[in-house]
Amino acid sequence: MRGYAGKFLEVDLSTEKIKDLTFDENILRQYIGGRGLATKILWDRLGDRWETIDPLGPENILLVLTGPLTGFFPGGRICVSGKSPQSNGVVGSTVAGEFPVELKCAGYDGLIITGVAAKPSYIFITDSQAEIRDASHIWGKNGKQTLTMLTREGREELRKRFPLYGEWKEPAVLYIGPAGENKVRIAAVMAKWTHAAGYGGYGAVMGSKNLKALVAKGTGPLPEVEDIEKVKALIDEVSQGCYSSDALRRWGTGAAGYEVGAVTSSEPIRNWQEEWHDQKSFGVDKFEERVWIKRYWGDFGCPTTCLKVAMVKSGPFKGAVGDNPDYELQAYVGTNLGIFTPEENVYLASLIDDLGLCGIQGGNALGFAGELYQRGILTKKDLDGIELKWGDAEAFAALAKKVAMRKGIGDVLAEGSYRAALKIKEMKKKDVMRYVVHEKGMAIGAHGVRSGKDYTTDISYACSVQAGDHTSTAYLPIYHSNSELAIILHDSGVYCWFNTFNLSRGLKWEFFKAVTGWEIGPEKWYGTMARRILHIQRALLLLGGPDLKWNPKIHDDNPPRFYEPLPSGPYAGKKVDRAKFEDSKKEYYKEIGWDENGIPKSEVLKELGLEEVDKVLEEKVR
Amino acid sequence: MTSSQEPIWIVRDYLRCSGCRKCEIACSLFHEKRIWPEASRIRVFMLVPGAEFPHFCTQCDDYPCVKSCPVDALSVSKETGAVLVDKEKCTACGLCIDACPGRIPHMHPTEKYAVICDFCGGEPQCVKVCQEGGWDAIRVVTKAGEKMMGRDRAYKLYARKPEEVTRDLVASLYEEAGEERV
Repeated sequence: MRGYAGKFLEVDLSTEKIKDLTFDENILRQYIGGRGLATKILWDRLGDRWETIDPLGPENILLVLTGPLTGFFPGGRICVSGKSPQSNGVVGSTVAGEFPVELKCAGYDGLIITGVAAKPSYIFITDSQAEIRDASHIWGKNGKQTLTMLTREGREELRKRFPLYGEWKEPAVLYIGPAGENKVRIAAVMAKWTHAAGYGGYGAVMGSKNLKALVAKGTGPLPEVEDIEKVKALIDEVSQGCYSSDALRRWGTGAAGYEVGAVTSSEPIRNWQEEWHDQKSFGVDKFEERVWIKRYWGDFGCPTTCLKVAMVKSGPFKGAVGDNPDYELQAYVGTNLGIFTPEENVYLASLIDDLGLCGIQGGNALGFAGELYQRGILTKKDLDGIELKWGDAEAFAALAKKVAMRKGIGDVLAEGSYRAALKIKEMKKKDVMRYVVHEKGMAIGAHGVRSGKDYTTDISYACSVQAGDHTSTAYLPIYHSNSELAIILHDSGVYCWFNTFNLSRGLKWEFFKAVTGWEIGPEKWYGTMARRILHIQRALLLLGGPDLKWNPKIHDDNPPRFYEPLPSGPYAGKKVDRAKFEDSKKEYYKEIGWDENGIPKSEVLKELGLEEVDKVLEEKVR
Repeated sequence: MTSSQEPIWIVRDYLRCSGCRKCEIACSLFHEKRIWPEASRIRVFMLVPGAEFPHFCTQCDDYPCVKSCPVDALSVSKETGAVLVDKEKCTACGLCIDACPGRIPHMHPTEKYAVICDFCGGEPQCVKVCQEGGWDAIRVVTKAGEKMMGRDRAYKLYARKPEEVTRDLVASLYEEAGEERV
């Protein structure tokens, strides 16, 4: 098979058994890799007892999968998955960096990790071999310390094994911070200092397995492809497309911290109480001039290099280092906490990354706590003396540390805002559910739907199989490039969606063909392949459990806040219209092949060859 | 692109390196017809995130690697000034790596010879992609183009080890915050 290294690594941490695994070509042709293959593996291995599997228990499986286009399509990513401790379904959570390329160069397409290690461990992967190593000395370390230690240790080990090779480049690392170690449900799997597979909570899954990191160094080439000259030409074509996007290259998504507030009025502000601001202090030019120390920063093969390195140069947060917060973090650890300066935003983003919290889920939980404090529901005493005032970066930082360490109220918020709300409702006997902005146990991305001016719509989150994930939203028409069906291709490929923005829609099929030799094309993809993956994800989401289950009639809905009118800005008064939402939802169900209750239809599943999924849904859900 | 008739040099501005590693892709596609980062003659090190830089031959004036070779596998190209590796003669003994002040050469991952930048024969592909993308971290210059007051301008940097380059970049980027990261 072209584009694939040809084998996967299965590691059982309980028995310390490591073996190579291959998949039938037919499976890979149907499910590709990344998110698609993760869904298939999880269904096959856990589908018959999904609702009983504790995402943070020994039975859960952690998947870390590349796809055939990873490393070839400019901007490679890797997909982290498993049963999500947030949605209780499957989330394909992708992250960039060099890990996917190192892994493929080591001869592996992905890792399937089961069981629980007896002590803190990491997996060290080199050319066609892997070993479980002790991570006791790294356990408890923050992100930057972890990476420093593993970079040094990895290079020393390689030097020892191959003394005549010359200088060893650093191995690539995926790791968790303290939040993941403490099984915080909103912990991310991290790469470099700032990259995160945040959605899904797989940092907690790694922590539950006593797995601190994955370290990979491969010296082989990327796999053989069908037509290397064509791949070369396509890389150039994608690159030229990316070079033409001056705004994304120059500012990354970080221009949106101002724009999504001021222009589209869809940015979370003080826990979504507002979605409009006009704070010029948060303009991208402020970030550029005050905190950027590197203008273009990127990962293997990326023509866009939309990241920027940032450091606080003066004031109380001097020395805080990270990437320039992308839009999501500008919003969630910026405006959502009432913070409107680059310095405070960089400081908080850097801290969140170091703790290994997901910036979106973490910022949402902090904002939720902020509103409860504002309303007098959570008091200074509840917060162990923290005065959680909007805009106070140090107060939110102190709370973020408590969340990562599960200390005091942090232990409650560590469950993510929705589960925290359920607990606080009991504790305080107050209706706090109306303040939690989530979708099926996951905080939603920082693109509101009320103004109607952003790319999201009233069904985006409500009907997504990845719940609150703003990169994988339900969309009408379902063939649109924003639609979840289209996104599954990128997440299974596995490469960066953003590098497809300026391409003709046909190019990705050409790319798949040049790499794998397979003809996919829109008909096959939208008609069959993507639907299979989507329906299995939907089925597993509806099976849910064991702590929470979702009923589409109740839970395929927007957060309560979106039914409140926007209080300010050019779109003041706008809100989600329930009747209209119900209509769109009905249409989406129909288009995608779900019945009026939101459950994949029997005949649709059978037509796609998913009889077993149909059987399980019939027994347990319909 | 420069004429291949006169010696060239690749001038580098490490602080502009984005870490995109397109140079590794271009180099390995040219030399190996594969995407193969470890077989690339130019390798981007990232001992500290943000402080990425391309590590590749600087063509020292005295070519200590060439002098160190016990089997005469290394020579200097008359056209470009690049160090050429004779794959047949090279025994992969590693003496050139030790002789290089920057420990720049490294072994081909699967073959028995050292790899060293050969300017792709005169039109370095790494420079091409870096320029196309506008990062401008590496550029081709010629000696003649860099004359100043009638003498060769001392424009060349010297080969340095990855740790040393990293330490300098980190000092520039992160000031005090960076030292503990190296």
